[in-house]
Amino acid sequence: MEILISNSSGKPIYEQICQQIKSQIMDGTLSAGEALPSMRALAKDLHLSVITVQRAYEDLTRDGFIETVSGKGSFVAAQNREFIQEEQLRIAEDLLQKAAAIGRTHGIELERLQKILQLFYEEGD
Amino acid sequence: MDENNILVQNLCKRFDGFALDNVSFCVPKGRIVGFIGENGAGKSTTIHLILNELQKDAGTVEVLGRDHTDPTVKNEIGVVFDACNFHEVFTARDMERVLSGVYSTWDSALFRSCLERFQIPRHKAVRTFSKGMKMKFSIVCALAHHPRLLILDEATAGLDPVVRDEILDLLLDFLQDEDHSVFFSSHITSDIQKIADYVVLIHRGKIIFEEEKDTLLDRYGILRCSRGTVVQPEDCIVRRETGVSVEYLVRDRAAAGKKYPKAVSDAASLEDIMLFYIKGDMSCED
Repeated sequence: MEILISNSSGKPIYEQICQQIKSQIMDGTLSAGEALPSMRALAKDLHLSVITVQRAYEDLTRDGFIETVSGKGSFVAAQNREFIQEEQLRIAEDLLQKAAAIGRTHGIELERLQKILQLFYEEGD
Repeated sequence: MDENNILVQNLCKRFDGFALDNVSFCVPKGRIVGFIGENGAGKSTTIHLILNELQKDAGTVEVLGRDHTDPTVKNEIGVVFDACNFHEVFTARDMERVLSGVYSTWDSALFRSCLERFQIPRHKAVRTFSKGMKMKFSIVCALAHHPRLLILDEATAGLDPVVRDEILDLLLDFLQDEDHSVFFSSHITSDIQKIADYVVLIHRGKIIFEEEKDTLLDRYGILRCSRGTVVQPEDCIVRRETGVSVEYLVRDRAAAGKKYPKAVSDAASLEDIMLFYIKGDMSCED
């Protein structure tokens, strides 16, 4: 597992950990059942406080990406990747629909919106 | 079940010209608590009171679930002060002989493996050690009897970044056991900013705040605005004037940034926050 923390991104560190683990699960780098490092071990590796890592793991557990078995550690949950992707796609569709509606109402060309979307997608966060 | 390894409540101690005033805070199990404040704010006094080396005037202190005057407590804690207080002519081997008689749970194998890890010679007198080596040696001595609680008083002061980093490593190693805790006083806020779970700020013998570190770093901020801007008192904690602007420490920088769009809102480091509380000219809450 690879985690790259930026101290200047302005994004809370627990969120960075959470997002990076999520994207590694979604792209298959981490597979179902795989063990994650313990919270304390990861805190040590990254030189972070335990609470920060704990919060990331709690969020991942809440969102169904990992499962924590007390005494054994945390594992990538055996969920359906396609199912999660489908669900996220629905959320994205909703947001895009709103953007399309704003565009139509205010006479913003489709091409401009497409370009903006492309820009955001490629530049990451 | 007791969740705190240190619980200090309403601790008071009066000296001529200085007083610790109703100090309360806790160090939960499995956590690192950073204790910050300027020189003379009362950090060392608090630590000496916790260790029962100074007599408190009032209040209660519980260490590992017991009253701190209980003599068995000291067998389970490790303490490191800012200077290496071992006699200069002693070698690591001599210290091993002394300390193995002091602590019932002394682990010579662990002691030797730690010495090796930090490349501390066993047969050289302490006086020949560099400052960083002395500090690492003090920590090794404090860890070799399997304490559950480690108390460090300015242990990283005056050390270079490499040694400080090694010490942080060591502390995080110690914390792999979730029953362990570290209480760590320092005025080098960057060390605490890295690894502490909670931060306690003391100023003139009073606790100013006890807060989760992530909350401080992710939410607190500095709002810089022109003199004319009116900032509601409920939005800020401390106000500070510079020659050309007014700065406020705010509890929620995202909200403040939205509410005062003309002002600049920035993240605050632990050092900024400490300086604001200590040097800010007026508290907005008063």
